[in-house]
Amino acid sequence: MNAAGAVQIVVMTLVAGFALGVVLTREPLHQAIVFALFGLVLGVLFLVVQAPDVALSQIVVGAVAWPAMVLFTLAKARERERRNGRGRR
Amino acid sequence: MTTRARFVLMAAGIAGLAALLVWGTGGLQPFGHGQSKYAAYLNANAVHQRHATNVVSAVTFDYRGFDTLGEEFILFAAVMGVTLLLRSQLDERDDAPRDRAEGRRAVDTSDAVRVAALGLIGPSVLLGLYVVAHGTITPGGGFQGGVVLAAAPLLLYLSGRYLLLKSVHPMHALDLTEGTGAGGFTVVALTGAAVGSAVMANFIGKGQMGSVFSGGTLPVFNVLVGLEVAAGLTLVLYEFLEQTLVVRRS
Repeated sequence: MNAAGAVQIVVMTLVAGFALGVVLTREPLHQAIVFALFGLVLGVLFLVVQAPDVALSQIVVGAVAWPAMVLFTLAKARERERRNGRGRR
Repeated sequence: MTTRARFVLMAAGIAGLAALLVWGTGGLQPFGHGQSKYAAYLNANAVHQRHATNVVSAVTFDYRGFDTLGEEFILFAAVMGVTLLLRSQLDERDDAPRDRAEGRRAVDTSDAVRVAALGLIGPSVLLGLYVVAHGTITPGGGFQGGVVLAAAPLLLYLSGRYLLLKSVHPMHALDLTEGTGAGGFTVVALTGAAVGSAVMANFIGKGQMGSVFSGGTLPVFNVLVGLEVAAGLTLVLYEFLEQTLVVRRS
């Protein structure tokens, strides 16, 4: 196997591992962080298989924009929960 | 529905999905080998025909430009939807800005985060502009560059300067910029139909290959998409921050 193939296999394993991590993380706040890491390694995978355009889109959306939106949504939803006295914690 | 019935239903669904995935994947070209006729044609001709060294950009904004025209309005509609959902409602009122993060009481942002965020604002703007401008010749383009540009206000917020952003009342300018991006895209697309052969036809001179202004309409579309994406995302960010009021006293 050549070096490029080895790198591809390593990165694919990382992607699968982080994807599993996203599914197994049940707390939404933690999940947003794990998802950002998953987005980053998925971007690296796209880079490794020579799709730099898609890699750029994946990194900016998957690792930055989407987690930020989730964090803001959580902040908003939890604020309302707390105000209505239904907070879980 | 009993737990058992639900399990049977789920198992059947998963088995069907798995079978479809295996069947579909089996029909693909071997990994890393083989090319569709379409890809082979574009690889052989796109650079020469459009003077664009980034073939992906030529595909998105020219060969398959009609798709992108539709996609342009997906983001536009999404931003409008978020703005509508996050509007102030009757049972809500403005509070004094304070930190409402879960399980934390008004802890100041650390100096390290502030300095790092502040220092990254300039580079992120520069990188965003670069990626937008060079979409025709190197990987990237309006969408990617636009998101990088929209990271600048996010960094401004992280650096504890959100009130500064708020003080310039950016809503109106952002609305205008987003509309200019989406509207301008449509106008240039329709101009292709008016003076050229079809909607999104590349009707401007193709220029010197490898220069920033090569590729005819491609850099124009990149700039317009960059405007729309940067303004649209900043608008969503601003709406979220206004609504959650996760504002630290500065």
